[in-house]
Amino acid sequence: MEEKIKSIIKTSGNSPDRLMDILLSVQKEFRCVPEEAVSLIASALGISEADVNQTKTFYHFFSSKPVGKYAVYLNNAAVSGMMGMAEVADEFEKQAGIKFGETTPDGLISLDYTACIGMSDQEPAALINSVVFTELTREKVKEIVAGMKEGKTVESMVPEYGDGNNAHPLVKSMVKNNIRKAGPVCLGDYDAGKTLSKALSMNPKDVISEVQKSNLRGRGGAGFPTGLKWLFCSQESGERYVICNADEGEPGTFKDRVLLTERAKMIFEGMTIAGWAIGAKEGIVYLRYEYDYLLKFLNSILDEMREKNMLGKNIMGKGFDYDIRIQSGAGAYVCGEESALIESTEGKRGEPRNRPPFPTQSGYNEKPTIINNVETFCSAVKIVEKGGEWFSNMGTEESSGTKLLSISGDCKQPGVYEVEWGMTIKEMLDMVDATDVQAVQVAGPSGVCVPPSQFSRKIAIEDLATGGSMIVVGKQRDLIKDIVLNFMEFFEDESCGSCITCRSFNMILRRMVEKIVEGRGIKPDLDNMVQWGEIMRNTSRCGLGQTSANPVSTTISNFRELYESKVKDVDFQSDFDMKKAIIESCEAVGRPPVVHE
Amino acid sequence: MSDTIKFTIDGKECTGKKGQLLVDAAAENGVYIPVLCHWKDVKPAGSCRICTVKVNNRYVTACTLPIDENCGDVENNTPELQDIRKAIVEMLFVEGNHFCPACEKSGDCDLQALGYKYQMMVPRFPYAFERRELDAKSPKIFLEKNRCIFCKRCIRMIKDEKGRSYFAFKGRGKHLEISMDEKLAANISDELAQEAMDICPVGAILKKEVGFINPIGKRKYDNEPIGSDIEKSK
Amino acid sequence: MSKPIIATASLAGCFGCHMSLLDIDDRILKLIELVEFNKSPIDDIKTFTKQCDIGLIEGGCCNTENIEVLKEFRKHCKILISVGECAIMGGLPAMRNGIPVKECLDEAYLDGPTVGENKEKIMPNDEELPIITDKVYPLHEIVKVDYYLPGCPPSADLLWEALVALVTGKELEIPYELIKFD
Repeated sequence: MEEKIKSIIKTSGNSPDRLMDILLSVQKEFRCVPEEAVSLIASALGISEADVNQTKTFYHFFSSKPVGKYAVYLNNAAVSGMMGMAEVADEFEKQAGIKFGETTPDGLISLDYTACIGMSDQEPAALINSVVFTELTREKVKEIVAGMKEGKTVESMVPEYGDGNNAHPLVKSMVKNNIRKAGPVCLGDYDAGKTLSKALSMNPKDVISEVQKSNLRGRGGAGFPTGLKWLFCSQESGERYVICNADEGEPGTFKDRVLLTERAKMIFEGMTIAGWAIGAKEGIVYLRYEYDYLLKFLNSILDEMREKNMLGKNIMGKGFDYDIRIQSGAGAYVCGEESALIESTEGKRGEPRNRPPFPTQSGYNEKPTIINNVETFCSAVKIVEKGGEWFSNMGTEESSGTKLLSISGDCKQPGVYEVEWGMTIKEMLDMVDATDVQAVQVAGPSGVCVPPSQFSRKIAIEDLATGGSMIVVGKQRDLIKDIVLNFMEFFEDESCGSCITCRSFNMILRRMVEKIVEGRGIKPDLDNMVQWGEIMRNTSRCGLGQTSANPVSTTISNFRELYESKVKDVDFQSDFDMKKAIIESCEAVGRPPVVHE
Repeated sequence: MSDTIKFTIDGKECTGKKGQLLVDAAAENGVYIPVLCHWKDVKPAGSCRICTVKVNNRYVTACTLPIDENCGDVENNTPELQDIRKAIVEMLFVEGNHFCPACEKSGDCDLQALGYKYQMMVPRFPYAFERRELDAKSPKIFLEKNRCIFCKRCIRMIKDEKGRSYFAFKGRGKHLEISMDEKLAANISDELAQEAMDICPVGAILKKEVGFINPIGKRKYDNEPIGSDIEKSK
Repeated sequence: MSKPIIATASLAGCFGCHMSLLDIDDRILKLIELVEFNKSPIDDIKTFTKQCDIGLIEGGCCNTENIEVLKEFRKHCKILISVGECAIMGGLPAMRNGIPVKECLDEAYLDGPTVGENKEKIMPNDEELPIITDKVYPLHEIVKVDYYLPGCPPSADLLWEALVALVTGKELEIPYELIKFD
């Protein structure tokens, strides 16, 4: 083991800022990161073991005990639940003979849950050793587990490959693109290299001003003007970096997965143009671990681009040196937050930084850095190709261009849609063929739960902003239990924990929602939850804590009658349950659990 | 002088140096903004959020905000902010296990002192009673994780001669806890162990062998509210 | 006008809060002028003989008897006050919260260093005994509590000031030194 680990450390660059890569390799090799490895890594990198563990224990896909030879990670996001996850989970437990959270005694199979893996349009889905299995049923689970017991490779258990590059020899995945509507920007015609060549013949300042002219705003969800971000960064001095945020973790979003599959070159081209514009020499793609199945393929595209001189030294003979590397994540929603993403890229816990300074001033390795979403880079390519005006003529006044929507849940046509900003929710529901809709969750758990009375609202940054996640919730769903509680459990797990209001209030609010779901709620709980959520919004450090009360606050405000039907209209009600409180001690001493009133 | 910044806190005129953190500038002007994670001249953590103030109507932590011309009027002791701070104190009391009567740091504890300052009688939130362990492996230190409030002072400040951290976080979210490097802590010096205890705002880090040195009545916060020294300085 | 009636009890507490009440020294004579005591260890009245105005309870709830007494107090008292840390948050007895109750019982009766001889491995299980609850509960998690007086124990001065304010209807102004959690 020692030799193997030492060689991993050496290959990864023997530096604390590559700790993520080291841990990823060790986890892959040994199916865990054992104490011995922690010790070796710490002494090789000159940091304390506690520091190595600090990073290790932060990420979902690092474990201290070995996961199974077949490590099943079943998605337990809300949409997966809506599509029948409980049945699938039950079948996995039956077939494997263990519960979730356990490993079979022979070490063959481990079962775990994981947060949204970006397959909401083909749920229930699971990762098994990084291989994606979609649209799972009891039958399929039976086959899969039987295959495991026969010792088949996970790859060989994939029944058929998906469309487009999902069938590429380096991908070989059953994932489907489900591109239902291609628009003119990201999913339309694309001629690799054409725009890069144009950009490199332009003055970098002009590239930035073209992007500014387009009014392109960040597609990850926050909607910051992209041109302005590039401009700020270009005005800083010294080394600069371009980072592509491919960590789409907002439950219900999967459009970046489709772009990574079908528009990889376009993303890298956009990053290279951005590098030229701001004066960077290095670009980094932060790829969420859930998309690890695309890693080899993406690296092959980078190689191809290097061969074609679209990356590397003296790109296209224009004297511009620039290259891109891919940094894998290891399972942490909060790393989608740009400063947490930087911390993670530096090998640390994905803990959001305090601002100021902003990443454009001090980002990766404390150097000026722009971080943009996958879709933003694709959009930038088209903007430079066709002009900012062409782009800004689409969409609404404040939201120009098109937006990729990841639409899932209770609709007949889930998938990726590229639409102009400004579409109403009603139009969207018609487009995806959804009927009997109770609510639409716009922008994922951190967004807004929109009731039918507001379906004429527009999908636009000035009205209903979204990074792309759109979950349709049918009337048959228990909104509070299936959606709100699931979302709060998600936030409770995914809070980095370092900023204490986010850490504790997510826990407190989750317990309150649970209380209401279990029928123990009282009316004052509702106002309390709204007020406490407000404190969390006002005091939390990053976007996660500032928005994670939204599932509670937007549903209480938009579906109050639903809550009121579940709570008692009294000022005080004890939560105390005498039976539950005494059962354990009665058992311990051997007496009947009877209380004489 | 061009790098002198003028601003007000709750109407009181203050001056500070451009780039100075608001919490420090406020203190120099005799205004106490409560802190739990802040430590002067150490990189801010911005993790306890108790120093939340309002600057130009926006909520911001005073321990992470370098002052500049845009500071204008800072709100600090408004009823709204006081209630937020009280809520944060209450939240810390329910999410950890803070049994003041059994804690050596009682009377010298910043969290408890803020409980007094905001007259916390009972937390508005339900108690979590989540158990965390006590790490007594180091010959010099008790690490009582039940009392940790995640301020990161020890993580940021207590390092060995090679710059390695004795303390680090473990886990995330609801499973987050403070941890101590077993190997390093086995050889920690008395001085460093004492420093770790002194910078800990609560009773999570305690030095072994000595205890309860200050009698009741002579402890830091027995007779005067936290922040009195700052408020009296001007 | 008749005097306000006070009842007191110690549940899972150490009687320290009651001691603190006695610590008001000679003011106890004034207190007797102001109020009448009903069920309380102070006058040794074991059961409520009438409805009371104020109930002072120290200690949290660690067993079924505590819960029964607490509920009885709630029924008989207009105003219920949690007195001291144990009543407010469980206090030292609540340090067992989070540890399975079986482990606690094993430690107390079988495995602990102070157990002595217990060859038959007997655990107290007579039906007359109250049943230990899974954790120690703060009073306000069982019944509605109106006021809280923190401290371990709350100082005699705090108890005095609070009671006088309550029975005379005066505004309660507590000096800094009186609110303590230890």
